[in-house]
Amino acid sequence: MSTVMHVLPYLVAAYVFLTGCYGLATSRNLVHAVGCLAVCQCATYVLLLAVGYRDGATAPVFSDIAPGSRPVVDPVVQALTLTDIVVGATVTALLLALVLQIAKRHGTVDPDELRELRG
Amino acid sequence: MNRLRLWLLAVGGAGLAALLVAACLDLPGFGGRHHPYGDRAVQASLARHTANTISSVNFDQRAYDTLGEMSILFAAVLGCVVLLRQARDEHRAPPEPAEVARPVRRYALLVLPVALVTGLYVVAHGQLSPGGGFQGGVVAATALHLLYLGADYGALERVRPLGVYETSDAVAVCAYLVLGLASVLAGTAFLANTLLPYGTFNTLSSGGAVPLLNAAVGMEVASAVVVLLAHFLDQAVEIEEEHGS
Repeated sequence: MSTVMHVLPYLVAAYVFLTGCYGLATSRNLVHAVGCLAVCQCATYVLLLAVGYRDGATAPVFSDIAPGSRPVVDPVVQALTLTDIVVGATVTALLLALVLQIAKRHGTVDPDELRELRG
Repeated sequence: MNRLRLWLLAVGGAGLAALLVAACLDLPGFGGRHHPYGDRAVQASLARHTANTISSVNFDQRAYDTLGEMSILFAAVLGCVVLLRQARDEHRAPPEPAEVARPVRRYALLVLPVALVTGLYVVAHGQLSPGGGFQGGVVAATALHLLYLGADYGALERVRPLGVYETSDAVAVCAYLVLGLASVLAGTAFLANTLLPYGTFNTLSSGGAVPLLNAAVGMEVASAVVVLLAHFLDQAVEIEEEHGS
């Protein structure tokens, strides 16, 4: 594999993260901003899975392969990714609940208008 | 103001991008052979007869972290329940039964039992095949909501007594804690998987405490998703603002 292939997955993670940051900073709608935060978090999934990959390896599940017969990818980062997804989903749910309350109390979900409301 | 913000974002973003690229170039190459933690996790998992190494990492080697993860989920559900409660200036209107296209109804009611069983299967086989409490719990909880698509909100509410799901959420977190404390009482460390026999490799009862912790997590996630979706759906379908206030 070329040098580019050795860093490409990491660069994809960085790109996804920066895209999410851009969306977060230019967002005109809080629901959209919560979505952008989820995109930022997706970058960490890509990064973790890329760190754990091993050439020609399969999933670290031994119900249908004999232990040691094939290389397996790093299970530790896969478990971390699972944790990451769960925490990401709960954070998204909590933030959306907050947005719902803001929409009810202030009648808008535009962050700029909210700043003006507060004076 | 807006131009200034965009400039600041561009400068900060470019700086961050440069640092990230520099960091990426310094990381061990993608697909490399050197994974010391992964190799040790696989060894430990096989020693404890758990076929799915990821379940072993989550419910055995890092079981304490999963307790934290469960607590985050529990706290988030609690927060959502508090935030999405019915306010004083709102009232609850029973939603009108809606017309559902026949193919949608037929398909939803056909898939519902299949999806529910799939979810329970994924939870039960968490220690053997890909999946586990987190994934299966979400599948099972979403399966129930096919009733909302296939019939209407009233039908969903009848099969979803919220109090039961809120209680089972709390009971599942307690069950996880009690399983951890059981190993303390037996004289080992909190959540150490040394209490139960490890069983035969690649059978349902293998892995010691892993299937039990996995089931507790499955129950918690399924109830948590049901409670969360119920409160969001209540806001969308049932709760209305008082007129003239």
